[in-house]
Amino acid sequence: MEKAKKRQFGIIATIVLAAVIVLGLMWATATAKQNEAHQDTLARVEKLGRIVWGVKADTKLFGLMNTKTGKPEGFDIDIAKALTVQISKQTGVPMSAEFVPVSASSKMQLIKNTNIDGSVSTMTITPEREKIIDFTNQYFDAGQSILVKKDSGINSVKDMNDSKYTIIVVVGTTAATEIAKFAPKAKVLAVQDYATGMQALKSGQGQAMSTDNAILYGFATENPDYHIAGGTFTHGPYGIAFDNNQKPMIREANKALAKIKENGVYNQLVKKWFSDVPGLDWHSLEAK
Amino acid sequence: MALLQNNFPTFMQGFGYTLLSSLIALVGSMILGTAFAIMQIVPKKWVRKVGNVYVQVFRNIPLLIITFFFFLVVSKYVKMSGFMSGTIALMLYTSAFIAETVRAGILSIDGGQMEGARANGLSFAQAMQYIILPQAFRVALPSLGNQFINLVKNSSILAFVGGLDLMYQGNMIAANTFETFSTYIIVGILYLIITLPLSYYMQHLERKLKHAA
Repeated sequence: MEKAKKRQFGIIATIVLAAVIVLGLMWATATAKQNEAHQDTLARVEKLGRIVWGVKADTKLFGLMNTKTGKPEGFDIDIAKALTVQISKQTGVPMSAEFVPVSASSKMQLIKNTNIDGSVSTMTITPEREKIIDFTNQYFDAGQSILVKKDSGINSVKDMNDSKYTIIVVVGTTAATEIAKFAPKAKVLAVQDYATGMQALKSGQGQAMSTDNAILYGFATENPDYHIAGGTFTHGPYGIAFDNNQKPMIREANKALAKIKENGVYNQLVKKWFSDVPGLDWHSLEAK
Repeated sequence: MALLQNNFPTFMQGFGYTLLSSLIALVGSMILGTAFAIMQIVPKKWVRKVGNVYVQVFRNIPLLIITFFFFLVVSKYVKMSGFMSGTIALMLYTSAFIAETVRAGILSIDGGQMEGARANGLSFAQAMQYIILPQAFRVALPSLGNQFINLVKNSSILAFVGGLDLMYQGNMIAANTFETFSTYIIVGILYLIITLPLSYYMQHLERKLKHAA
């Protein structure tokens, strides 16, 4: 009798537990769906008086965490600040800029979940991404390259099309998907962030690291033994990302972007961040 | 579901590598752990010291740091892949915990048993092997089961060093399809497929050995 009762209790407990898990999952999916439903970004930032920008924290020149102040610094951050000021002027609503560090693989989900309003994070505009989020016009012209050791004898990505080579990429970047088209025979090692990638390159886990030239220049300045081989082999300009179907926000951001290019703020920022990079003709990056 | 169908080979590759890494680490950490547990209780003092230092070092450093140490530092001198460095780190890390678990099991056996065994002419090693350890393992079994389950879950550390495991493939699929939510649910279920039978087997083993006692 006692045993049968215990058994019954066990069965009921199992069913209740399973039901809780299933219901929880359903609730979470429903919430996720709801978040995907339309929510006007511009209306939200105007109401809250702040724009939360997702930026990189591990990418020299674009967004690198300053360990002394605990704040990220770089070209992307300055662009986001300039845009926030400009959008405030355009809408007549005073807004402040806040920054949240994002990684290549997390930024899409963070935009979808509205944890961040927009993202200025070295993000290449691609048709696949445009299905899920919206991009502004390009704010930086970039292309993929490879970073190799100076004495490695590798002169371009074509030299690496051999199974004895390993190319290091970062999960969630366009470089990770593109590299297979240019060196299909080479092995690919995907790591979580650029800092680990650079360490892995130095310790010989791979012979090259591949991502956008602009990011690689940052590493080349810090590591004189390494250089960029063979120039760019793709063309992938960066855009500022917002959630899907945010026409008012995209319109304002594009207007603000055009304005800062026109009034010289953009060129000042290009000069501030890229004029010291060896081997880079920074004047080619300026807005005409 | 379409996500699972489209990426089935990738998920399965990850599943395979996770299983392989867990198996290697499990066997390795079991052997190492037992060895270090015994080292911590042998009569010689310096041996005890060595065993103790080993356990304290690997038990108190985050697994990620041990992994990066093998991946970034050791690999400068000895060539090893991300899979290798992750598995070795997992093995050393878990072995420290297993050493503690087995040591607790050994200590729970009455000291008179060792004395009795030695008095009957068995050597220290023989007494360990035939008298103490079989009983110690039975006592330690529930906590050992915990360690094994933790080990399988900890193998997700391989994702950080390109170890091709389940978590790594999950990251890749999530990054390519942008279906973060569904991907990680599938990854979670695949981990359950490894850990649930493992925990049921450990329960079964406990029951069986209890009857044998």
